[in-house]
Amino acid sequence: MIETAPIFLTLELASLTTVILFFLAIPLARWISHKKNIFKTIAEVIVSLPLVLPPTVIGFYLLLAFSPSNSFGKFLDHYFDIRLAFSFGGLLIGSVIYSLPFMVHPVLSGLTSLPASLEDASYSLGKTKTQTLFKVLLPNIKPSLLTGIVLTFAHTIGEFGVVLMIGGNIPGRTNVASIAVYDEVEALNYHNANVYAAVLVGISVTILFLLYLSNRKLQEVKIL
Amino acid sequence: MTHFSLQKKLHSAEGPLSLDVNCDIEDGAFISLYGPSGAGKTSLLRMLAGLMPPDSGMIKVKDEIWFDSEKKINIIPQQRLTGFVFQDYALFPNMNVEQNILYALGKNDSKKIIDELLDVTGLGGLRDKRIQMLSGGQQQRVALARAVARKPKLLLLDEPLSAIDNEMRANLQQTLLSIHAQYNVTAIIVSHDINEIVKLTSKTIHLQNGVVRQYQPPTEIFLNQFDEPGSMKGVFLSAEKAANEYEALILTGEQVIKISCSENDAKDLQKGDEIVLSFKGATAFLRKL
Repeated sequence: MIETAPIFLTLELASLTTVILFFLAIPLARWISHKKNIFKTIAEVIVSLPLVLPPTVIGFYLLLAFSPSNSFGKFLDHYFDIRLAFSFGGLLIGSVIYSLPFMVHPVLSGLTSLPASLEDASYSLGKTKTQTLFKVLLPNIKPSLLTGIVLTFAHTIGEFGVVLMIGGNIPGRTNVASIAVYDEVEALNYHNANVYAAVLVGISVTILFLLYLSNRKLQEVKIL
Repeated sequence: MTHFSLQKKLHSAEGPLSLDVNCDIEDGAFISLYGPSGAGKTSLLRMLAGLMPPDSGMIKVKDEIWFDSEKKINIIPQQRLTGFVFQDYALFPNMNVEQNILYALGKNDSKKIIDELLDVTGLGGLRDKRIQMLSGGQQQRVALARAVARKPKLLLLDEPLSAIDNEMRANLQQTLLSIHAQYNVTAIIVSHDINEIVKLTSKTIHLQNGVVRQYQPPTEIFLNQFDEPGSMKGVFLSAEKAANEYEALILTGEQVIKISCSENDAKDLQKGDEIVLSFKGATAFLRKL
């Protein structure tokens, strides 16, 4: 009998990660797009780091940080009664860090591709920075926003190393689909592994297909 | 009266430039800003609009102080009430013609001005059109209508007609004059086109290397400075012997004219040479510049 819990856990993790990153990435990308100093470069390095680091390295450091025997983990445990290691919350934080570039990069490239005069025009028409962001900038980078959302979601589904390091495989809490495939193969249950793998392939192909299809539509509207 | 005196160190493509400009503009005047590329024209407009901070100086528009480095006053662009027409129009692609103009109005502003502006700019039939579907000239009209919608105290136009063909340009110049007359707004236009400057504006700031070289009516700035009375500048194209004289083709402005001249005048000229053309009676004289 196949458990469906890992699939739903994967979808839950991917959805929450996407929502959190969407609201985190927009102000971050806008801040980076405006700055020209060393802090911009530092921010860019930090955002891109998960692209080059092995996921196990990120997972390892997060595990150390979350561990109740270390100061940060002890602090969380003592004051907030939160233990992040081997928990869904820990997974979520790991995912947010691991997928950060997949949301920030598309949004940032969308914002920097807009002519600077759009923002200037909006200010000279009396509109605040917030009004300008929501009424002018974001509506004109819809394809970038969509790309960020979909890539983040898809990337979180495909996460393995970080999850393994900080989540383990506690059923219903941290046993996501990618881990379940690994476990089933280890137990020589090839049929079950096949089902999980096929579901992941199906979800990934579908969302990427929808992304490219709708971005093509958005581009066509733009050209007209 | 609008008064500004602004200093700013700039880094242009031609190297560092220190802008130092002083000027008084009468209310309701239409002024042009003329000068070579990199003279600081766009930077000056941006400082007036609050989009670029000056190093020092002051800006006073009517009774309002927009900027004063000594008193540490720097009104944000949103509160300066300027209308800025950008070189690339800067229209919002996510809005149609009407929404672009409507964007300029506050919640409590009367929407009546929209119809009026669509009418003046001849955009009435295009109000629902997407920006991407408009021609360059039409886009420029939308940008103009949007800039005027807030009834600005200062209308700043950064080479608004440079990317538009000649016929449409004449048409738009007329629209600009109508808008200026109707709303009686103090306006500054950056332009390289002498024709346009003379037609639209009453005074010209001639900017060179960051300082005001002349501030006079354009007719005085561009009055030709040649010794020969009634002369004009032209470009020599070719000359052929005909009967006793030479017939030369000269480009003046946008026209090619054919004139008779002496062999002496024509013989040393090459195609493309800049010349001064003058007349005495029916005889034309050519002099190489």
